[in-house]
Amino acid sequence: MTLDRRNFLKMLGAGAGASALQGCAGTAPMVSAGGGEIMPKSGRRVVVVGGGYGGTIAAKYIRMLDASIEVVLIERNRQFISCPFSNLVVGGIRNMSDLTIGYDKLASNHGIKMLYGDVTAIDAGAKTVAMAAGTLKYDRLVLSPGIDFRFEELAGYDPVTTPEIMPHAWKAGPQTELLRKQLLDMKDGGTVVITLPLAPYRCPPGPYERANMIALYLKQHKPKSKIIILDANPDITSKAGLFRKGWAKHYAGMISYKGANKVTAVDAKNRSVLIEGVEEVKADVLNVIPPQRAGDIAVKAGLVGADKKWCPVNATTFESTLAKDIHVIGDACVAGAMPKSGYSANSEAKICATNVVALMNGRETIEISGINTCYSFITDKEAVSVAGVYKVANGAIVGVPNSGGVSPDLSELEAIYAESWLRNILTEMST
Amino acid sequence: MKIRKDGWVVAAGLLALSAASLAAPPTAAMLSNACAGCHGTHGVSAGPSMPSLAGQSKISIVESMKGFKSGERPSTIMGRLAKGYSDAEIDAMGEFFSKQKPETPVQTLDRAKIAKGQAVHEKSCARCHVEDGKEPKDNSPIVASQWLKYLQIQMDDYASGKRKMFDNKAEKMKPLSRDDLDAAAHFYSSVK
Repeated sequence: MTLDRRNFLKMLGAGAGASALQGCAGTAPMVSAGGGEIMPKSGRRVVVVGGGYGGTIAAKYIRMLDASIEVVLIERNRQFISCPFSNLVVGGIRNMSDLTIGYDKLASNHGIKMLYGDVTAIDAGAKTVAMAAGTLKYDRLVLSPGIDFRFEELAGYDPVTTPEIMPHAWKAGPQTELLRKQLLDMKDGGTVVITLPLAPYRCPPGPYERANMIALYLKQHKPKSKIIILDANPDITSKAGLFRKGWAKHYAGMISYKGANKVTAVDAKNRSVLIEGVEEVKADVLNVIPPQRAGDIAVKAGLVGADKKWCPVNATTFESTLAKDIHVIGDACVAGAMPKSGYSANSEAKICATNVVALMNGRETIEISGINTCYSFITDKEAVSVAGVYKVANGAIVGVPNSGGVSPDLSELEAIYAESWLRNILTEMST
Repeated sequence: MKIRKDGWVVAAGLLALSAASLAAPPTAAMLSNACAGCHGTHGVSAGPSMPSLAGQSKISIVESMKGFKSGERPSTIMGRLAKGYSDAEIDAMGEFFSKQKPETPVQTLDRAKIAKGQAVHEKSCARCHVEDGKEPKDNSPIVASQWLKYLQIQMDDYASGKRKMFDNKAEKMKPLSRDDLDAAAHFYSSVK
């Protein structure tokens, strides 16, 4: 006997529609009245929230795949600053402008409607998002909200004042510049402490690359200084062998790594952190990277799972398993084996866009094929990479067996390719 | 198995299946779009060391990917990525990129090297890289309008012996100096 996939899908669609009504009945409307409807909806519309590595690409590919679907991209800032390569700004070998893109060309090339501002609430039942200016209807919503922090897990941490003294610099922008400034102001012979939380967090190799870039600067300008990495994880979470090799080759005696050293409290006045509530570590520059979760709006909309941190999604469509017609991509979602990286977000956005368009046109969805490529700089000239190819197996995203992995060694050629990685991915997001 | 109009018991059971189990296998576009983060949307690279794939001949893309996969062609990251795809998937990606519209990159080139490179091309390369490198011949790729930095890296790999050549190519390429190779790279990059 044969099951006609197309007819079956139609049938599924009808059934899912009916159950969705029931599913949403229990959800209390969250949207405030605001100033009425911002942009009245006439045809089919996708609203994308968050103009970073995921959101820009989702908006663009939906428009490229089906120009009859209206796409509204909502973003807080007029410009986007890339987290990848922001460690090089901290180290003084790149400028913020190298990492900054605008949205004008993307919007005009693809007919994407930009709205600048914060989304304050999502009503999954009424299918609206709320902003200060009013509400906006959608047929499908794509959320790419990135991360926010679980500040509450660090005793003594004030979400407003502490980052001004102990920058996390885990969202690129003023925090990146503040960390850079603190390094410039530090005396030779000072101590820099980098603390990182238990995985999963945004950009697994990022904290270790940051140590490299800070060391690169200190080695040249303040060679008596020291860097201590306090890692909550038992060991380096990504590219471990390569980072160790890089530290031995270039930064021996400068970087000391301490695994299983979880910071549980901070003391901004005293410029110190507390490990497991016991051992106090003081430093001249404290880069405290707090534990993380999906961006605020995803938490507010009830899209995080039982862990209260990340958003569970369908491994084909990236549709939330908790709310119909809402898709979550990028760092905020649980994408199985795909890491929380910029390239993963780019790849997930295309998968999501493909299947959003398929679903909106009543076509069958398409299984994922995803990629991650991620470079980390060891010095200004040498870099290393990790790569992966991903597919679906038994409803979960897994790495394709016998593929992917890390560089065999530190390499100048990889630093050259890393430059082009940034150029291409930012171009893809901004044009 | 057939779903009957009145087959609600059957249908309810099937509703529990995840959508993933109903999805079609990855299409050429699904496979290829994942490459665009580095190789540019539809394979039009923003450069400089990532080659454009748009409009490249299918056979040369497929041969490159298979070379990366087996390790015969040297690479940094491409070998690790190519191992993630079946031969049929590689074929589909080759087909996809070969059908995309190429664009001439905007890049700075050396006029004297272009002139010298043209002479090198005519003397040593033109038999396979026909029409000034604008057309593929057999499995020779289109090299015209490619990013200079990418071509230079390939020339380095050939000159150092890292990238293997078949006999006909080696016979023509081995007598050339590093300067000749660099000039040829400038020439091909300049051809529109």
